[in-house]
Amino acid sequence: MTRELTCIGCPMGCELTVEVENGLAVSVSGNTCKIGENYARTEISAPVRTVTTTALTADGVPVPVKTVGNIPKEKIFEVVGQIKRTTVALPVKLGDIILEDAAGTGVAVAATKSVGS
Amino acid sequence: MREFDLVIIGGGPAGMAAAIAAKKQGIDDLVIFERGDELGGILNQCIHNGFGLHTFKEELTGPEYAERYSDQVKELGIPYELGTMVLDMTEDKQISIISRSRGAETVKAKAVVLAMGCRERPRGALGIAGFRPQGVYTAGTAQKLVNCEGVIPGKEVVILGSGDIGLIMARRMTLEGAKVRAVVELMPYSSGLKRNIVQCLDDYGIPLMLSHTVIDIKGKRRLEGVWVAAVDEKNTPIKGTEEYFPCDTLLLSCGLIPENELSKSAGIELSPLTSGPTVDESLETNIEGVFACGNVLHVHDLVDFVSEEAVRAGENAAEYIKGKPSSTGVPVAVKPADGVRYTVPSRLYAESAADSVHIRFRVTGVFKNSAIVVSCGERELFRKRGRIFVPSEMQDIIIKKDKLSELDGDIEVRIEEAAK
Repeated sequence: MTRELTCIGCPMGCELTVEVENGLAVSVSGNTCKIGENYARTEISAPVRTVTTTALTADGVPVPVKTVGNIPKEKIFEVVGQIKRTTVALPVKLGDIILEDAAGTGVAVAATKSVGS
Repeated sequence: MREFDLVIIGGGPAGMAAAIAAKKQGIDDLVIFERGDELGGILNQCIHNGFGLHTFKEELTGPEYAERYSDQVKELGIPYELGTMVLDMTEDKQISIISRSRGAETVKAKAVVLAMGCRERPRGALGIAGFRPQGVYTAGTAQKLVNCEGVIPGKEVVILGSGDIGLIMARRMTLEGAKVRAVVELMPYSSGLKRNIVQCLDDYGIPLMLSHTVIDIKGKRRLEGVWVAAVDEKNTPIKGTEEYFPCDTLLLSCGLIPENELSKSAGIELSPLTSGPTVDESLETNIEGVFACGNVLHVHDLVDFVSEEAVRAGENAAEYIKGKPSSTGVPVAVKPADGVRYTVPSRLYAESAADSVHIRFRVTGVFKNSAIVVSCGERELFRKRGRIFVPSEMQDIIIKKDKLSELDGDIEVRIEEAAK
């Protein structure tokens, strides 16, 4: 089976053609760098994404956060939900860990901005 | 009257990078005027990732990218004044500012870097029929509400325009629990990056309706819904294709316009193609010692290119302050030709140019397997083939100075399409 993907690894957005056998990518073409090949392989077998959202302080001030690495795509809403239920205490520094393990993915969530220092 | 060697108007990515570059060139008597209450400009509300791949070889979020620069501004001891609105600027570089802390004041500068950024095209400029209910926002306003104020503007959303901010907000509103019914785009292609269509729309099953537009807005006090229709090749709605989408929120992501009120009052010549100042290869405007960079000059898609451009503006401003004469010789015009919408710069002083000259531009449509060609009359100065050129990606080409000797006419930048 052949699948067409658009690489999300950088703003170029290479159009990838992937040959898939038994749920795995066996060959990738159309990519212009290694990122595209890796993206295609993961996207076919187990797609992942980095999640960015905001966590709130007790006063409702949003603090931007991100997952420190990719999480499984199907866990996005669970991760965002857990971040929403987490209250951030100020001050926070960029890189401070807000959550050690987001929704059992093993991936931490960190502040992406210094707030209230 | 306070006097500065260099005044930088705007503390976003362009202003910060220009200030840092000028400071590193030995300009100590400088200041950044920023109207917001923190440095970083629009990056503060762009909490998604994808910034900095060129500059830092890693993917950062907007606030992270901003903080790398604001940290440098602070470490280098570059003065910046927040909550400071620049109201007016004159041709002789007198700048009127107002702030809570200092009141109204006029300062004078030897050189100025314009780094005011851009503004979203509002509803009034789009000519959509219907009432004027609550619930219609530009995508960037909604982004600020959600990401900086912690306020979610609505529950059921239609987005008009597929610019990157609209795509990013489609995902953002979805993650905040809203239902995004559709992204409606007038053109037959998206004006946003392809990666954003994948990771912001496809990932969440949000339909992208190309060659469609919003033809009517329903609801008197609060938005109740919008009528969407397909358009023909002249962008006229096609009868019989109308579809009604109930929604309480309409976000507009229909283009960005450089913010040049100050430039106008200073008598700076603006380009009708970019809505930004016309500049030469050193990014100097028609007023000596006034430079422009970033989105106030032309709208960029990548902040990395803004920072790089701003470094050049900051360095050139520093050279000017140190007494290097402005561009010398006779300029040639740099003109967009087939398939090219605009060029920055729009004039070039080959004699005084740096060793290499950047020409940045956007294409007018989608071109596959084509070539960028820069020529002066019959003489070809530059050629580069590419698999695909799209309007959503700014092109950046670099021409070596030795190619630019003895130019005898205007320079044209065009796209040469592959033989069909």
